[in-house]
Amino acid sequence: MFKQWNGFEPGEWTKEVNVRDFIQKNYKPYEGDDSFLTDATESTKELWDEVLKLTSKEFKKGILDVETKVPSTIVSHGPGYLNKELEKIVGFQSDAPLKRNIMPNGGIRTVQNALESYGYELDEQTEKIFTEHRKTHNDGVYSVYTEDMRKARRSGIITGLPDAYGRGRIIGDYRRVALYGMDFLIEDKENEKKSLEVTPMTEEAIRLREELTEQIQSLKELKEMATFYDCDISQPAQTAQEAIQATYFGYLAAIKEQDGAAMSLGRVSTFLDIYVERDLANGTLTEVEAQELMDHFVMKLRMVRFLRTPAYNELFSGDPTWVTEAIGGMGIDGRTLVTKNSFRMLHTLSNLGPAPEPNLTVLWSNNLPQNFKDFCSRLSIETSSIQYENDDLMRPTYGDDYGIACCVSAMKIGKQMQFFGARANLAKALVYAINGGKDELTGVQVSPMFAPITSEYLDYDEVWAKFDQMMDWLSELYVDTLNVIHYMHDKYCYEKIEMALHDKDVVRTFATGIAGLSVVADSLSAIKYAKVKTIRDENGLVVDYEIEGDYPAFGNNDPRVDDIAVEVTQRFMEKIRSHKTYRNSVPTLSILTITSNVVYGKKTGNTPDGRKAGEPFAPGANPMHGRDTKGALAALSSVAKIPYKDAEDGISYTFSIIPGALGKSEDERIKNLSGIMDGYFAQNGHHININVFDRETLLDAMDHPEEYPQLTIRVSGYAVNFIRLTREQQLDVINRTFHKGF
Amino acid sequence: MIGRVHSIETCGTVDGPGIRYVLFTQGCPLRCQYCHNPDSWKVGDGKEMNVDTILADVLKYKTYMQFSGGGITISGGEPLLQADFVGEIFRKCKENNIHTCLDTSGYIEPHRADPVLDHTDLVLLDIKSYNPLVFKDVTGVAIDKTLAFAEHLNKRGIPVWIRYVLVPNLTDDPEDIEALAKYLSGLNNIERIDILPFHKMGEYKWEQLGYDYKLTDTSPPEAKELEMAQDILLKYNLPLHIEA
Repeated sequence: MFKQWNGFEPGEWTKEVNVRDFIQKNYKPYEGDDSFLTDATESTKELWDEVLKLTSKEFKKGILDVETKVPSTIVSHGPGYLNKELEKIVGFQSDAPLKRNIMPNGGIRTVQNALESYGYELDEQTEKIFTEHRKTHNDGVYSVYTEDMRKARRSGIITGLPDAYGRGRIIGDYRRVALYGMDFLIEDKENEKKSLEVTPMTEEAIRLREELTEQIQSLKELKEMATFYDCDISQPAQTAQEAIQATYFGYLAAIKEQDGAAMSLGRVSTFLDIYVERDLANGTLTEVEAQELMDHFVMKLRMVRFLRTPAYNELFSGDPTWVTEAIGGMGIDGRTLVTKNSFRMLHTLSNLGPAPEPNLTVLWSNNLPQNFKDFCSRLSIETSSIQYENDDLMRPTYGDDYGIACCVSAMKIGKQMQFFGARANLAKALVYAINGGKDELTGVQVSPMFAPITSEYLDYDEVWAKFDQMMDWLSELYVDTLNVIHYMHDKYCYEKIEMALHDKDVVRTFATGIAGLSVVADSLSAIKYAKVKTIRDENGLVVDYEIEGDYPAFGNNDPRVDDIAVEVTQRFMEKIRSHKTYRNSVPTLSILTITSNVVYGKKTGNTPDGRKAGEPFAPGANPMHGRDTKGALAALSSVAKIPYKDAEDGISYTFSIIPGALGKSEDERIKNLSGIMDGYFAQNGHHININVFDRETLLDAMDHPEEYPQLTIRVSGYAVNFIRLTREQQLDVINRTFHKGF
Repeated sequence: MIGRVHSIETCGTVDGPGIRYVLFTQGCPLRCQYCHNPDSWKVGDGKEMNVDTILADVLKYKTYMQFSGGGITISGGEPLLQADFVGEIFRKCKENNIHTCLDTSGYIEPHRADPVLDHTDLVLLDIKSYNPLVFKDVTGVAIDKTLAFAEHLNKRGIPVWIRYVLVPNLTDDPEDIEALAKYLSGLNNIERIDILPFHKMGEYKWEQLGYDYKLTDTSPPEAKELEMAQDILLKYNLPLHIEA
């Protein structure tokens, strides 16, 4: 037993790496209200002012500063400080705040493009190394991609693939660094490696042994990195400050080594509460100091930066990093996992003001303490910075120590990772089905030549049959493409430190996705319930549609069309399941677009639902703009019908409402918002982003960005600074259905 | 049974307690100057729907109602123009333990409303003015029926929330407001009073319908005008609800 564990209830966790057991044996559920919370301290305010100054400078320049020569590793850069005297939690990715790093293992051209787009030049030597001597993930992928894969990628029927950027969506169990210290963790991994001195030495065993070697190396580097800041993390953390610092160092190592699309944090608040409670009981910490530690921790999480290309920003703009922190939820023993530190984490939104990062994600259960529910609802109304996910729906599968990677991807912390697979454009697939696999915009034959539909009016059964065939082709190509990507990512851009903070044997999911679900559902509904006439160009390609009559649209809780959306989801998932996935990973599906709904729309021609070429899709599982006419609950109910078991990587819904439509007084608004979430999650809805503001505010922010530095909005699974979105995306957000009520 | 429906809002939060399924019926005998749903006036318009379809739809949202303490609100238009239809919906909602709320101008012979009131938990009663001349000017009809209806509700002991729209230079005369306050303090069933500041969100609909909107030049009341009206009601110890 370590002396640093004094005062903790021992258990399995003292003998083996088992953070969940530590939490369960030691945490103190909190059912009270928010009256114990304290304001930001003077040093917090001073530090945050400095951050705001830097971010405003950054906003004007694009990026504040960037390394152009030395690729980032855990120990390549630093230390860096904001204000060494005041910072209670320290550590930056580089030697200065907001300075970005280069990570060429993902792809040297990406690094080069990104640097050039901001007016920097990549060091010649570095370029030479990664062109002539060291192959990258991107090179690996392109050395294998087939002609079909390239065509599908170019046409945009599969888009957003992590073939030139880090895949992300892996959450290291950063808490282990605090709870066990590096020496224990290194020894543990060495034992794991020893257990693999086996015969026959199969490919699998070889790979795992090599990975473990890399993991051990990265753990040693993490220990070394801490010494830059005069911290010794070889032993377990002794105090709350040390625990937060160590957890953050673990995370910092990950973001120095990888710039994956989503670099999520996990589920640390309640874990850290145990340390805070111990210090409070010992009289060595006050509530004000506890909040200050959390404020400083969160400040660091808000300053995570990666270097991105303009093409990447078009997909996911606003510099998202998805430092997702899952908060609350219930334990499988029925006790709530809400602690005072869950409140403190969320309270940073008040002390530091609203912000997109960390991506604060409340795991909602109908059994959460009412005080906590109402606290969250109030903060949502004030800041629009929280997303909510259905703990009652996820707990049966993932237990009570899972986190959320990125936006909606649940995974058991330290026991599970995923192979992120972006998404397939099903709206385009539907149009391909009508045109026999010829692209509606370019006329290029993208899929194998199928018989196109030749009739003037579309027949529902015929379209479905051809769509089904098209999905067969698409799902296979999609899975194969992802197999290539993840094979190469493991080979050339392996997430050493993140995987070092996992168990040896992890469950891997294979996360596919759908874009354009509501376009497909509405199109099929139009074909079935109205009459849809095809309009052809001189080559016979269907390029437009005329709809005669009305059709029920997705988002009105009308089973005639909602059932179609459900069936499309189920069928596509079934097809995905039928293919062989890399490393025996478990296939899953998400209905999530983030901001890529705009790009997908741009790459898709006219669709049979009446959507015009180039118009954005609805984000995630949202109904199409303006077609949900029966109010918010009807829209929520439609979305809640999409079965989670067939979309286990998450179903995202973005909800925007003006304050007045939630009720007349603040109390009513809080109660009604809590009621909306209770009702939606009771219907098995999976995820909801809550935005509460006036349309006018957004219009004004477009014209006067300087006045809205912290205006945060939630867009399909993440939050962004509104002013950092592209103009196109800003307009998309504004045009999207605002639920106004009467 | 079939009725005519203007529209449905599944997430109503300002017409009664909690989250409410709000059914707007078609047709209204009043022509209020500030109406924000003038498209619900014409009796023959809207969409025909039968009671069972509506009930099945309402029941889809029961969990939301339970969690938030909500229910169904039937508004309009003037729901009591279709008293049998509305009464039947309410009767079936009550069979399913759903809280029922009627949003009305009270412009009906009281006994004709009884089939609805038998199944009504709460009435939102709009009193446009207590001054008969102003009432007529605002609505185009006489005040008598509305007052008789208010007294009928009092007699039946049905809880009422009064709603009063404050329009500058139209319904903001302190004497009229005081007269209303006096009148309301003589009733025992008033649970809550909302003073709603006039807004012009419906103006575009008037234009679309080719109607002549008289309040184009009228602005929403200022805070101090609102406070003036509130003070009068508070003087009479009335259960005024103030928006925060």
